[in-house]
Amino acid sequence: MEIATPPAVATVEPHSARRAMAPPSRFGDKAFEWLTLAMAMAVVVLVILLGWELWRGSSLAIKKFGFHFLTTSTWDPVADQFGALPFIYGTVVSSLIALLIAVPLSIATAAYLTELAPLWIRQPLVSLIEMLAAIPSVILGLWGIFVMIPWLRDYPFPLLKRLFGWTPFFTGPIYGTSMLAGGIIIAIMILPIITSVSREILRSVPNLQREAAYALGATRWEVTRIAVLSYAKKGLFGAVILGLGRALGETMAVTMVIGNTPQIAASLFKPGYTLASVIANEFTEATTDMYLQALFEIGLVLLGTTILANLLAQLLLQTMSTTSTTRAVQ
Amino acid sequence: MHLQRADNHTWRKAKSGLASTAAFVSALLVIAPLGLVFFHLVANGASSVNWDFFTKLPTPVGVVGGGMVNAIAGSLELLALAAAIGIPVGVLGGVYLAEYGSARVNSMLRFIADVLNGVPSITWGVVVYGLVVLRFKGFSAYAGGLALGLIMIPLIIRTTEEVILLVPNGYREAALALGVSRWKTIVHVVMKTASKGIITGILLALARVGGETAPLLFTAFGNRFWNHNLSEPIAALPLQIFTYAISPYDDWHRQAWAGALVLVTGIFCVNVVVRILTRGRTASVV
Repeated sequence: MEIATPPAVATVEPHSARRAMAPPSRFGDKAFEWLTLAMAMAVVVLVILLGWELWRGSSLAIKKFGFHFLTTSTWDPVADQFGALPFIYGTVVSSLIALLIAVPLSIATAAYLTELAPLWIRQPLVSLIEMLAAIPSVILGLWGIFVMIPWLRDYPFPLLKRLFGWTPFFTGPIYGTSMLAGGIIIAIMILPIITSVSREILRSVPNLQREAAYALGATRWEVTRIAVLSYAKKGLFGAVILGLGRALGETMAVTMVIGNTPQIAASLFKPGYTLASVIANEFTEATTDMYLQALFEIGLVLLGTTILANLLAQLLLQTMSTTSTTRAVQ
Repeated sequence: MHLQRADNHTWRKAKSGLASTAAFVSALLVIAPLGLVFFHLVANGASSVNWDFFTKLPTPVGVVGGGMVNAIAGSLELLALAAAIGIPVGVLGGVYLAEYGSARVNSMLRFIADVLNGVPSITWGVVVYGLVVLRFKGFSAYAGGLALGLIMIPLIIRTTEEVILLVPNGYREAALALGVSRWKTIVHVVMKTASKGIITGILLALARVGGETAPLLFTAFGNRFWNHNLSEPIAALPLQIFTYAISPYDDWHRQAWAGALVLVTGIFCVNVVVRILTRGRTASVV
């Protein structure tokens, strides 16, 4: 936002008047601008700091294991052999479970909040969703350990086993702490963000869209589906990717319910391990240099994937907001 | 023909109603965890939130009782350190994005800030470990405060920028027309007008990092005793909750619930204050 500086009329005034009307010293202005610029550049410094520190901390491991770090599954601190595959697998699978649960619920909720709900109920619901977003991860994890896991173990898991036990995904003994429990707790963590971003997206859909569909005799749901949801597809996809970014990096709650066992198993009842949880659990126990290096490298992998997800999400959200505003103007 | 069309219409109406109901059920499912977590926190934690909890140190393993006074104090100290880093950088950076710079560079910086907000908090812990803990050979309150402060920076930059952009241009023009210099206009007129919003953003950022555990695991590290030296490991409420929750002792579980209830109450109180500050405007926490 550029603000016109006072025009330099003072220069044509007589000498005495010029002094009185002279623009105030520019030094304060310059100093303040540079100060705020330096602070704004902090974000650039932070990105470089993140990448550089993690790279520096893991350079030996990168040199030693190379690309195999990502494709082997031995995690043996005693033998100094490290492969991150089980953690990558655990992160991907638990995040996918989370998205599978969270995406339909969040987008339906966002549609409810902007299109379908009675007006009086909207603001209270939004406030409640904001409160859910404010619950710290560790507290959800605590609830997960003592409330959710025993409940899942006693009711939904046996039911799933009875119904889908013939697939490889729901076989084996049920302990409670499992990949599936991890996915469910991540879903709860990312519900609020996908919901509120989707809601913003749906709100930015121009009213002309809705009016046009109503004018053709569409019902409320048809308007939502044809005129709003399909119009906002790209932005909603951005919201989902943003949720994926959060899911990949979710740490405390998952660590507390996923079981923390580095294995690759088809059954979702088996415990798993994620990139973020292995850092949380083993960082202070890393006794050898290579162990610590490997954990730094896991941090680097985590940073890379979440930054990629966030970049993609922001790009999708940005194109959405620009197209919607330009079209609204037309 | 007529009948068919009427039928079709009823069917579409019914489908619309059905979809609305499904969406309503989804909304209920989304907020259900909030109700459940809150219910269990009160049911399991309320009886353990007592005078001892706020005044006593943790007891040794096996000894029933004790409290979390050191963790509560530790969390406040860590938040103060984080605020000392996050607030000046975040607020002034937000001012730059709203008041100076070219649109191109600013949208780039904004973009980076948004991406930073999506970086997992545990990565900040790893980075600060490499930056501070390894260099100074020890876990410390400074390291924990730095980790939280760095997380706050992009959060505060974005909220500050947003509220400063809401200040009408007329205010700036009026001040400049009176011969007030640009930076004084920004500090005394623009930032003052936006102060409520800036404070809101700061409070939300504090509430967010106040519940963070992951970045503290290997920076602040936790401590079972009082800590009067910021270059030593320090206790924090979320850390203590985590340690107690995964421990095998019933008495520790009881205290973890109490700690969680206290932490959530604190965070919700901040959110209520924010809601009062921003009444009439919609506040977003994400």
